[in-house]
Amino acid sequence: MRQIAIYGKGGIGKSTTTQNLVAGLVSLNKKVIIVGCDPKADSTRLMLHAKAQTTVMDLIRERGTVEDLELSDVLKLGYGGVKCVESGGPEPGVGCAGRGVITAINFLEAEGAYTPDLDFVFYDVLGDVVCGGFAMPIREGKAEEIYIVVSGEMMAMYAANNIAKGILKYATSGKVRLAGLICNSRNTDKEAQLIEALAKRLGTQMIHFVPRDNQVQRAELRRMTVIEYSPEHAQAEEYRQLARKIADNKMLVIPKPLAMEELEELLMEFGIIQDDEPGVGIPAAAAVSA
Amino acid sequence: MSADVKKRVEGITRESTQAMIDKALEIYPEKARKKREPHLAPNDPEATSACVKSNRKTIPGVMSARGCAYAGAKGVVWGPIRDMAHISHGPVGCGWYSWGTRRNLMSGVNGVSNFAMQMTSDFQEKDIVYGGDKKLATLLRETKELFPLAKGISVLSECPVGLIGDDINSVARTMSKELDLPVFPCNCEGFRGVSQSLGHHISNDTIRDYVIETREFTEPAGPYDIALIGDYNIGGDVWSVKPLLEECGFNVKASWTGDGQIEQIAATHQVKLNVIHCYRSMNYMARVMEEKYKIPWIELNFFGPTKIKASLRLLAERFDDNIKQKVEAAIAKYDPEMQKVIAEFRPRLEGKKVMLYVGGLRPRHTVSAYEDLGMQVVGSGYEFAHNDDYERTAPEMPEATVIYDDVSEYELEQFVHTLKPDLVGSGIKEKYLLQKMGIPFRQMHSWDYSGPYHGYMGFPVFARDIDMAVNSPTWKLVKAPF
Repeated sequence: MRQIAIYGKGGIGKSTTTQNLVAGLVSLNKKVIIVGCDPKADSTRLMLHAKAQTTVMDLIRERGTVEDLELSDVLKLGYGGVKCVESGGPEPGVGCAGRGVITAINFLEAEGAYTPDLDFVFYDVLGDVVCGGFAMPIREGKAEEIYIVVSGEMMAMYAANNIAKGILKYATSGKVRLAGLICNSRNTDKEAQLIEALAKRLGTQMIHFVPRDNQVQRAELRRMTVIEYSPEHAQAEEYRQLARKIADNKMLVIPKPLAMEELEELLMEFGIIQDDEPGVGIPAAAAVSA
Repeated sequence: MSADVKKRVEGITRESTQAMIDKALEIYPEKARKKREPHLAPNDPEATSACVKSNRKTIPGVMSARGCAYAGAKGVVWGPIRDMAHISHGPVGCGWYSWGTRRNLMSGVNGVSNFAMQMTSDFQEKDIVYGGDKKLATLLRETKELFPLAKGISVLSECPVGLIGDDINSVARTMSKELDLPVFPCNCEGFRGVSQSLGHHISNDTIRDYVIETREFTEPAGPYDIALIGDYNIGGDVWSVKPLLEECGFNVKASWTGDGQIEQIAATHQVKLNVIHCYRSMNYMARVMEEKYKIPWIELNFFGPTKIKASLRLLAERFDDNIKQKVEAAIAKYDPEMQKVIAEFRPRLEGKKVMLYVGGLRPRHTVSAYEDLGMQVVGSGYEFAHNDDYERTAPEMPEATVIYDDVSEYELEQFVHTLKPDLVGSGIKEKYLLQKMGIPFRQMHSWDYSGPYHGYMGFPVFARDIDMAVNSPTWKLVKAPF
């Protein structure tokens, strides 16, 4: 059983990519469980054709304590027999969503949700690793393989680099490794080369370049993965390819995160920003007082 | 003892004390030794600045007796107010282990109004994840229903409340309106600051922001209106000092916060003078009232006849002849009684040595009471004091005696081995260690199930207890098996 966590900047398409690639794994006859680690609880919507109605935390709140819960209350079967669980948690601005993730994962482990017949466990984690709770999936004995969803946009790359720093922290004390970048294209300039280069600098690979295609949105509006909605579509093949590459992937590395300047150099190298542009690199405070 | 004669203890010199400190520090790794060194020093009674460093983070790994900000808020400032309900907001442990443990006694009808009304929100996992604001609102409603006599409710934050960022201030504001009852939010999460001291400060700030000036005294103001600040009625201390001050002609309009009533505390901005006993925990509000309402404050000491006499006279100087006469009359009435007490106990206690390690004010304020009984204090220190406390301690302590700040159990034990005191006055964490060493001990945070110790009523009790501890035959019967 391989335990995989998917990280990446908020809004980059982690949940969509995860579910589409899991659908691809299903077509390879793999047994998978998806654990949504985001209080929004939308990590399994495309699998279940509906937003999960009962998350672990919601049920704990309703019944009182975690001891009052059964696995069957929160484990739902989705497309192709994929098992789906959502940790759930508070609305933005209150409480502690990170603690919710910790509670939910502990519950799943204690209740034996990870049965030996499973080939993959996927953790779909909220945007930034803001606290210990969101690092829970990569702690000792959990996910050992991390994929970062990224695009050619500066802030997405910045977030990917930060996540690599987090992985490095846990890699030195445990078995967690960076397994690759998944480029979810935004059609920015020289995107594939840029992410290839970033991957190289981090010591990893761009495992797949997922082109931008509106078919993803069309499927999503119908609460389905592209593979389920239109198995013959070219985009469905892209996700199947991603699934195959992940199934065969053996490249697990301890990442070498970049310094902020190195990241900017990389962007210059690819001509995304020019070093002779007026005002570039001058501190704003200096520019204001000038 | 006159000011021009330095208090000395036979055999104690700056050198001997420094050697004892150096020896105690030997066991530490270099980094820890460097950090602990400035917290231990021989006393210089004439020093203008504190001889030790204080109010710093405890070194990890040593056994410290310190508490936390929540402890300072709940246990010291809010807990003793008798007509309020106090909510320990967070998991159950903090509330349970601070439940009526400090012996701040309360007057009232037995079983109806003479006890602290305390609740806890008993946080569960779901409250951490989803936030406890709604639970707090429910709890506040229930508290009003369960304790209809409560004239206000304090909400004392435990650690998780601050970690998850619950907005107790907003809940307090809303619920205060809904319940038509003052609700005071106190952000005293235990992880804030280095000791309980910040909890006192935060609580003082809460009183400043939410309590003071929200009520007025019903009876007209008089020239002798004072407030007793920083007396927590441990074992009935307030019940000794308050009648004494009243006998001297004062109207004690409020006591902070021992046997305190919230509506009197809220009207304290109308008094003429604040008499402050525990400076450490309440100087903040004394200063606020001085600045905002021009109320002067005076720091007094009600331990032992020497200090009581001096304090009463110091107080009288601020007032007219009427007060001065009454003060002298009171001294004339009680002082001979105290001399009888001294005559009885002093022969049995003469020359005995004491070491103190307590909180707030006792490491300096009680020194003279021991001296009244013929004893010598050979070492003293505080758990959570600041510079100004140590400045006030220097003149009270004999020349070159050891002063220790946030002393570790190991250091204290070493000092005890060297100084061989006849009595140690400290807390529950030290009690059994010292007793196992065969040394008489008094738990001086809560007066060891006794009290009062303040005022003329308190001194005979104090003398009896000290004699009972020091001269108990128990210690002669105990033989160490090694």
